[in-house]
Amino acid sequence: MEEKKNVVLDSRIPEGPVAEKWTNYKAHQKLVNPANKRKLDVIVVGTGLAGASAASTLAEMGFNVLNFCIQDSPRRAHSIAAQGGINAAKNYQNDGDSVYRLFYDTVKGGDYRAREANVYRLAEVSNNIIDQCVAQGVPFAREYGGLLANRSFGGAQVSRTFYAKGQTGQQLLLGAYSSLNRQIQMGKVKSYNRYEMRDVVIIDGRARGIIAKNLVTGKLERFAAHAVVVATGGYGNVYFLSTNAMSCNCSAAIECYKKGAMMANPAYVQIHPTCIPVHGDKQSKLTLMSESLRNDGRIWVPKKLEDAKKLQSGEIKGSDIPEEDRDYYLERRYPAFGNLVPRDVASRAAKERCDKGFGVNNTGKAVFLDFSEAIGRLGIDVIRQRYGNLFDMYEEITDVNPGKLANTIDGVEYYNPMMIYPAIHYTMGGLWVDYELQTTVKGLFAIGECNFSDHGANRLGASALMQGLADGYFVLPYTIQNYLSDQITVPRFSTDTPEFDAAEKAVNDRIDHLMAIQGTRSVDSIHKELGHIMWEYVGMGRTKEGLLKALDELKRIRKVFETELFIPGEKEGMNIELDKALRLDDFITMGELVAYDALNRNESCGGHFREEYQTPEGEAKRDDENYFYVSCWDYQGDDKEPALVKEPLEYEAIKVQTRNYKE
Amino acid sequence: MDENISFSLKVWRQAGPKEKGHFETYQMKDIPGDTSFLEMLDILNEQLVADKKEPVAFDHDCREGICGMCSLYINGHPHGPATGATTCQLYMRRFHEGDVITIEPWRSAAFPVIKDLMVDRNAFDKIQQAGGYVSFNTGGAQDANAIPIPKTAADEAMDSASCIGCGACVAACKNGSAMLFVSAKVSQFALLPQGQAEKARRVKAMVAKMDELGFGNCTNTGACAAECPKNISLSNIARMNRNYLCAKLKD
Repeated sequence: MEEKKNVVLDSRIPEGPVAEKWTNYKAHQKLVNPANKRKLDVIVVGTGLAGASAASTLAEMGFNVLNFCIQDSPRRAHSIAAQGGINAAKNYQNDGDSVYRLFYDTVKGGDYRAREANVYRLAEVSNNIIDQCVAQGVPFAREYGGLLANRSFGGAQVSRTFYAKGQTGQQLLLGAYSSLNRQIQMGKVKSYNRYEMRDVVIIDGRARGIIAKNLVTGKLERFAAHAVVVATGGYGNVYFLSTNAMSCNCSAAIECYKKGAMMANPAYVQIHPTCIPVHGDKQSKLTLMSESLRNDGRIWVPKKLEDAKKLQSGEIKGSDIPEEDRDYYLERRYPAFGNLVPRDVASRAAKERCDKGFGVNNTGKAVFLDFSEAIGRLGIDVIRQRYGNLFDMYEEITDVNPGKLANTIDGVEYYNPMMIYPAIHYTMGGLWVDYELQTTVKGLFAIGECNFSDHGANRLGASALMQGLADGYFVLPYTIQNYLSDQITVPRFSTDTPEFDAAEKAVNDRIDHLMAIQGTRSVDSIHKELGHIMWEYVGMGRTKEGLLKALDELKRIRKVFETELFIPGEKEGMNIELDKALRLDDFITMGELVAYDALNRNESCGGHFREEYQTPEGEAKRDDENYFYVSCWDYQGDDKEPALVKEPLEYEAIKVQTRNYKE
Repeated sequence: MDENISFSLKVWRQAGPKEKGHFETYQMKDIPGDTSFLEMLDILNEQLVADKKEPVAFDHDCREGICGMCSLYINGHPHGPATGATTCQLYMRRFHEGDVITIEPWRSAAFPVIKDLMVDRNAFDKIQQAGGYVSFNTGGAQDANAIPIPKTAADEAMDSASCIGCGACVAACKNGSAMLFVSAKVSQFALLPQGQAEKARRVKAMVAKMDELGFGNCTNTGACAAECPKNISLSNIARMNRNYLCAKLKD
């Protein structure tokens, strides 16, 4: 991998102390007056929390918005599946929270690999988000006095998470969707459902439009605008099995990457500790059990190896093992945070126990999450009120009811524990953006999970919703004006230009090529193979050797894809297999980027764990001397390795130290 | 442990909105009981692709029961035999060896078939666009705790807001009525102080749009609530009717 040392990325961080940067920025940025806003068009791709909130807010301000959605309705975007909650520094619980503490926790949780200025801004606007959502009619959980309720999440010692049952993402998304609907009704947003972005069109070095595929008619269509915003989520489905929805994909991000937008920190992939374990080989996706369960649930495996063996063979059940033979390994290893350590720490600890043979199901890849103690303390009614819908969901999938009394040993009541195991959940890496959320291509912006900016090497629970809405409601609608202010004299242009012709032709040629292969392998069979390689070698524990092997294997998978793929039907009309193939094409490219980045980063931090770099206790060992930077990957051509560009990190407000959740 | 079962599928195939549809029968062998219904359809589609045939088109996305994208009329029930669950949360252990499982799309004039089991539910978006919001611009909000909302009201609003917009209520209704869907949104806002200012305007606009789009009337049969995967209560319809009547009487 070549490093481009002469390229300097300008992160455009405003002057001044970290707490004053955003205020200073807003005070001095350029704005667009109302008459000119009407003349400007913005494309927003995606309708999740980031996309819907940005599209509606831009339209409220007066811009004309074209909004694209891959599903049949904007309300289906995968933000809807977020369960646990959204963080904000309101300090309603009087437990010592503040903007600074949320900022600090997020930077620390991200293992000191996030950009300080962005995170501070995120913490700063977090309180506006809660105000905004309540005003929209989002039915957050409340106390009997009528004020908002909070709960705790991993990586924090305060209760700052706002929630709506186990359906917080749904309620926040429906809030954003309602604002979006209002703008659609007013004619300020034009909404395109069942459309998928297939390329970004660059004219004179600026993003000026997109090529999108109408998924119903199969036709490629052209759309022009003064700026393009991608809000298309993360790349978790590179691993085939993940908690992402089936249509989540990284094509838009890869298209931007191939047109000059750099990809930052792709190796930072979040593996969520509490998912339902994999069963069989027919599975299509993994189901998350909310992190909020760790508020009351205790994670354990047997102390004795022989008990684990009996669990694996099905001779005994979890409820047969008495308290004294249970190893609550998170409480043992991390007394200060216990079961509420950050996700990366909890995931690695589960893997460590299972690798040592203490796994509790037939595959040996599961640990217990137990509510016996909480039910004993609070009663089943309180626990059901808190987690009832999650218990029901778990029972429907596994046929086991975690709220059911299963055994009594020496007068102690034991309930059925849940079985959980880590799974791919979120991607911290993404398109590189500056402080204004603009990529390395002028006029091309990336928001939400799609960008890399706020979570460093690991995201804390309940921070994804916060970031999506912060970007969409409160950051991008300001920062994009700094760019659009000098575009006011650019008239609306036609899509009948050589650049649009070339972009559409390239997509069309690619489709023709894939349709013509006529091999024997289905898209899913190749995607599963890709996922297996990624999980095995680029998953929770990575080594130099494994990553080199992964890169070899990915070349082989690329070849299989190009020569053995089979797509039935025609390219005209709806062709689901063709659409999946186009996405898989980009997943393979993304997989390579994740592997290259993981290979380059000779340290362990957050979601990136290189087995060569750990402390004697098995904790991640960072190397701040050599890797205190954002790794940005610059596309060099399909058959070439990407080039590395470094954005050095500079911390002013926070002292960089080793993450410690023990004390 | 779940057992493997074999069964046959009768699946509605329809090439396009204007084409004539028909049932096709497929044999499924040794499907594990812990396979979800949609994973079972994935297996069918893999078989079809292996035979160089076109896979069955069906809507699905999150596969954890919240996005509302999956549909399917299975053995005469929207989302199949399980109660309080969507099709993606339905597991094959609910079925038996030798069963014949019939799968159809939502049948409703307001939801035209796009292809096979996939229908166009854009009408639902249009009803929401007619008034399913609080008119309020980003940035103008007061502190979130400025207005206390009784826990019971907040909880009840949350129950109404749990609707996932899948359309099962319309598919279940002999009249093709969308009252449960519309009333869930109307109720959410009617129960909260934030929704009061536009209460009358909202209910009138949403009901008018619903009627315009060709949804049927409600005759209080209750099939919608019985089949709703999120257990949205029939009392929402009563609340909407009350709201509507009050709003109309004031006109």
